[in-house]
Amino acid sequence: MIDTTDLIACPTCDALWRVAEPKEGERAVCGRCHTVLRAPKEGEATRITALALTVAILLVGTMFLPFLHISVRGFSNDSSIVDAALAFSEGLTTPLVVATVAMVLLIPLSRALLLLYVVAPIALTGRPRRGAATAYRWSEDLKPWSMAEIFILGCAVALVKVTTLATVVFGSAFWLFSILVIITVFQDGFLSRWSIWQTLEQN
Amino acid sequence: MANPRTKLIAITAKDAGLVGCTRCTAVWPLEQTRCGRCKAPLQSRDERSLSRVWAWWWAGLLFYIPANIYPMLITRTLLQEQESTIIGGAIDIALHGDIAVAAIIIIASVVIPLAKFVAIAFLAISSRRGTRVPGQQRHLLYEAVEFIGRWSMIDVFVVAITSALVQLNVVASVTPGPAAIAFALSVIFTMLSAQSFDSRMIWDQIEGDERA
Repeated sequence: MIDTTDLIACPTCDALWRVAEPKEGERAVCGRCHTVLRAPKEGEATRITALALTVAILLVGTMFLPFLHISVRGFSNDSSIVDAALAFSEGLTTPLVVATVAMVLLIPLSRALLLLYVVAPIALTGRPRRGAATAYRWSEDLKPWSMAEIFILGCAVALVKVTTLATVVFGSAFWLFSILVIITVFQDGFLSRWSIWQTLEQN
Repeated sequence: MANPRTKLIAITAKDAGLVGCTRCTAVWPLEQTRCGRCKAPLQSRDERSLSRVWAWWWAGLLFYIPANIYPMLITRTLLQEQESTIIGGAIDIALHGDIAVAAIIIIASVVIPLAKFVAIAFLAISSRRGTRVPGQQRHLLYEAVEFIGRWSMIDVFVVAITSALVQLNVVASVTPGPAAIAFALSVIFTMLSAQSFDSRMIWDQIEGDERA
């Protein structure tokens, strides 16, 4: 039988490579389809822990602080995302709001918490917690369904649409949310999936 | 620039009688069914991948039709009630002078979904029948589909935000129309269709040609 421990298969094109572990800051790329195979970074676990914690806190803030302020002919309204979601439950609005809240808040929050569960113990003690592999798998599966950055652009478009009906101003939660989107982009940039899998395997 | 005709032949895990984990890149003997590192199910080539791709693809297309016919937004003011479809809504915004915003909506809700249907169909058909388009380009197409597909959701969010916002006051109300749900489902189904595609098939097929 062949020893497979130092072999890796490119997840995108199945090309088989013998991997020399790249140094921190370097990348190993598939020679055939150019998918990044390895990209270890210095102090990865600590940095991801910090970022995931920030994301989780900002998300909770975003839920309850006023997101948008609307005013028209004397009527005005401050609404947080939770207010807006709870304000109505009729017809087609309900499934739409549920789906939006899930993709914009709940899935990003679950991802941040799952990542924290995986990475925080590694950063603090060097050893992963039980079930870390499962938690990491879930967080990866959730990634395409986490749509916070798309929501930001949606807010801008909605603002333009509504200006004919009313005056709308962004509230503090909107700005928190924008910061959060930027942090998430950094977090995903720092995240080297394969280093995490290796760490999880070694323990 | 590399000559597009030069094709790099690599040994794949499949050629070596092994199976690679698409989640964590670990390599295992072919008969193993679950990755020993990340516990993901292992499959050298997913035989049913294409049927899943097509099933989600048709579901997505089926919901894309009502998404364009029925109204996306129903706006009620004191004086009038107005229903607007995806394209109608974009035209309204353009007539209002916001060409850039209208362009975002048209690109996200019409151009991207249609391009995605064509791209997924092309990838699925070509992975079975063969094509002259080089693997590198098809691979880029696949990555583009995976990356851009989610952005179609923007119009659904716009509807959710505007209806949540405006419904809260008396002077005007905005409610989502049936197209909003149909469109959201269409985007979800096409995302699942793209996720079902086994990208390793793009490369197998090229090398099959080369060796024949």
